[in-house]
Amino acid sequence: MTAEEIYKILKEKFPNANLELDDSLPHEAFITWNGVEFIEIATFLRDEKELLFDSLMNLSGVDDNNAKKVKNEDGTETVEPGTLSVYYHLHSMQLNHKVTLKVSVPKDSPKVESVESIWKTADWHEREAYDMFGIIFLNHPNLERILLPYDWEEGSYPLRKDFETPEFYNGMRIPY
Amino acid sequence: MGLLDQEFGESSIVITKAEDLLNWARLSSLWQLGFGLACCAIEMMATSASHYDFDRFGVIPRPSPRQADIIIISGTVTLKMATRIKRLYEQMADPKYIISMGSCSNCGGPYWEHGYHVLKGIDRVIPVDVYVPGCPPRPEALLEGLLKLQEKIRKESLRKKV
Repeated sequence: MTAEEIYKILKEKFPNANLELDDSLPHEAFITWNGVEFIEIATFLRDEKELLFDSLMNLSGVDDNNAKKVKNEDGTETVEPGTLSVYYHLHSMQLNHKVTLKVSVPKDSPKVESVESIWKTADWHEREAYDMFGIIFLNHPNLERILLPYDWEEGSYPLRKDFETPEFYNGMRIPY
Repeated sequence: MGLLDQEFGESSIVITKAEDLLNWARLSSLWQLGFGLACCAIEMMATSASHYDFDRFGVIPRPSPRQADIIIISGTVTLKMATRIKRLYEQMADPKYIISMGSCSNCGGPYWEHGYHVLKGIDRVIPVDVYVPGCPPRPEALLEGLLKLQEKIRKESLRKKV
């Protein structure tokens, strides 16, 4: 089943959800949605007879690099922080089809519903996205650092585009 | 020092300096800490295997830093790992030697600019005796590094480490 067909099924089932099909890029189309309540859609994707997405191949965080400076009327500038995204790559082993989903959240409060209860794979993947991008996964059972050292500076997320390498870590100079 | 069998050929007495004897003993049995970090470790293991045979130079991997004379930093040293390496080095008994193997542990290698997590050279944490260049170095290069270290130990004096 292609992304277009899957999108149609989702749209029929969830007419009110803020779902969109993005086929503007040359690669395979993917489904985006905005909003927090993902659990219902994810459960549907896994359990619906036509879809049966029983495997989460990958879950990754992305910094969309779309922060903007906006000029106000009085001449001052405010920075719009842009968005972070989470990509879900789903695969159905039984029906052998796959789809990519994307959710974007504002960078100043990046909160996404955890899908750990649906696909166990998501557990460590979400912890990595939390570690590297600071995306908060709501209802995750153990949202702790997975790769960075435990004494890594709070609020410093290395894979964000606005990250700046600190001068020192534990007395060791980091820059070349 | 000449070859031992020739020395023994004519008489059964070998005369040498205590310093030379100690140095010779040290450089001939450099026990290595069984420890690898990244892709360089694969080359290091290849060097230990039968084809290149590290053992013929007296290099045997030891599982404990207490029994090791030499530590080969074979791979990318992350900041998280650097503190552990420092501890391992401090747990080793003197005299102890370090070979820095490969670009990553020499100077950060490919991570020199954007590696927020990589230590730009192990010599920022512990003193290095021999640097082996390469990415990763071939087993021959590591052997050359070991021979350089042996040369260095041969010239050591009792009073100070060279």
